Amino acid sequence: MGRVWRFGDNVNTDEIIPGRYNLTTDRAYLAEHVLCEVRPEFPTNVRPGDAIVGGDNFGCGSSREHAPVAIQAAGISCVIARSFARIFYRNAINIGLPILVSPEVSDAAQDGETIEVDPVTGRITLPDRGLVFHAEPLPPFVLRVAAVGGMLEFVKQYGWEGVTRTEFA
Amino acid sequence: MGTLAEEILSARLGRPVHAGEIVVADVDYAMSHDTTSPLAIEAFRKLGRPLWDPSRIVIAIDHVVPASTPAVAITHQHIRQFTQDEGIANFFEAGSGICHQLMVEKGFVAPGSIVVGGDSHTVTYGALGAFATGMGSTDIGLVYATGKTWFRVPQTVRFEVEGSFGHGVTAKDLTLLMVKTIGVSGAVYAAVEYGGPTVRALSISERMTLANMAIEMGGKVGLIEADEVTDRYLAGRVRYDTGTGHLRPIDPDYRRIVELNVDDLVPLVACPPEVDNVRPVTDVVGTPLDEVFIGTCTNGRLDDLALAARVLEGRTINPRTRCIIIPASREVQLQALEHGYIETFMRAGAHIGSPGCGPCIGRHFGVLGKGERALTTMNRNFTGRMGDATAEIYLGNPATAAASAIEGAIADPRAFL
Repeated sequence: MGRVWRFGDNVNTDEIIPGRYNLTTDRAYLAEHVLCEVRPEFPTNVRPGDAIVGGDNFGCGSSREHAPVAIQAAGISCVIARSFARIFYRNAINIGLPILVSPEVSDAAQDGETIEVDPVTGRITLPDRGLVFHAEPLPPFVLRVAAVGGMLEFVKQYGWEGVTRTEFA
Repeated sequence: MGTLAEEILSARLGRPVHAGEIVVADVDYAMSHDTTSPLAIEAFRKLGRPLWDPSRIVIAIDHVVPASTPAVAITHQHIRQFTQDEGIANFFEAGSGICHQLMVEKGFVAPGSIVVGGDSHTVTYGALGAFATGMGSTDIGLVYATGKTWFRVPQTVRFEVEGSFGHGVTAKDLTLLMVKTIGVSGAVYAAVEYGGPTVRALSISERMTLANMAIEMGGKVGLIEADEVTDRYLAGRVRYDTGTGHLRPIDPDYRRIVELNVDDLVPLVACPPEVDNVRPVTDVVGTPLDEVFIGTCTNGRLDDLALAARVLEGRTINPRTRCIIIPASREVQLQALEHGYIETFMRAGAHIGSPGCGPCIGRHFGVLGKGERALTTMNRNFTGRMGDATAEIYLGNPATAAASAIEGAIADPRAFL
């Protein structure tokens, strides 16, 4: 359970972590500057468990993995959007940041309201208003990647063959 | 049977694959640079496996060159040490050039190849008929260790282009027209395929300008069929043969086909803060500029510099505008020197930077201050991209940039050619 942070369409990776701060792999430092270009109050006011709800093409632009890393380091529990730019989507999966596609939630969620997300089932609730949504299900291997904590651990455990598996015990 | 993306992936997997399918494929080369290598190295070390093949990994120091701060210098040291420890011979030291230019110039990209890079503009290599895409550092670290990666076979958006470029119009204007036509999310998760007589007639450099900006529409790859132009460019450069020959789409099923005619196209400018905010240059002529930057993986090649030199020859850069010109590689810089372009630029009053990304990534060498405005030949005009968040970035072709430097304001290049 956390609060919604609303963003518009085409939030790019330069806005998520500007080049002038993208000089390090220090997660705490990245978190201190995450999304400061779009919402300067975000880095100081974000609380663990909060969720980001974006519009179309969230995370477009450069391939910097620092972007989802900064969001994860800031304590964000899940990113939901109408659609994601593919490199950001892939990077989020790889580092185990829960990420869901839901045009309905993208339309409905209001800034600051409470949100509850179950990344495994895709069930998203906005309890303040009693609204319940179901996001598009993720491929089985993607859920498994999130469950084991990221793509490195997944490949260690299952090898590349795991990617095309449809069931995981 | 399928789109060019499906044909390349099918050739690699030895069976027909179609859009939507998730596949694991061997890659030919993996590339990373000074920003993305550190996290890739970290991911690779966490895996605790040996390197897949040191000869298939390319690392370039190009983003912040020469090092701007002690912290950046330490990052560079760390990368150099990694290449030495792991025996990575394809290491390009600061000043060699932009990673994407080097990948193509030094022969790491072949028609039908699969190349991945820790940089979104890896799509540029699609100009040679290669399936080339950008990834994050964890993906690249996994390729370092295994030589493989996973793909969801993409759907394809096809551009079919006919007509000839008029006065002062270049491949950059065509690529801006494409982004304007389908928008910055028009090809999200799709391959972008470029064809038609206009595309066939383009040089490899111009094709790179198109493919480079596939990502600005959300594209996964930007593909142009290899042909005799490709073969001529690659003769004496390319290091390998994928054995696929010149693949082409066969009975393709496209998500969308966009037909364009460039006969009446005029020089275009992308206005801040989105790449699809594209207007004819005539709409914004006279907008004062603090800086003009000519270079990058989009427009830093010899033909781009030749065009800028034609405009700047015998003219002087406006004193209110700083003009920075950075060749895309040392090879390009040497050729520009031989042709006299560098002297033309210097006599006009331009700064010449050492080959690399320059101010395009907003970290050094020409970053913008509060409220400053620039026109550049880059591929992105995002808020904060070149420095301060209040600065404004316009994108245009090299002739537009050079003409604007002379005027100290956005100018129509047609009056200068």
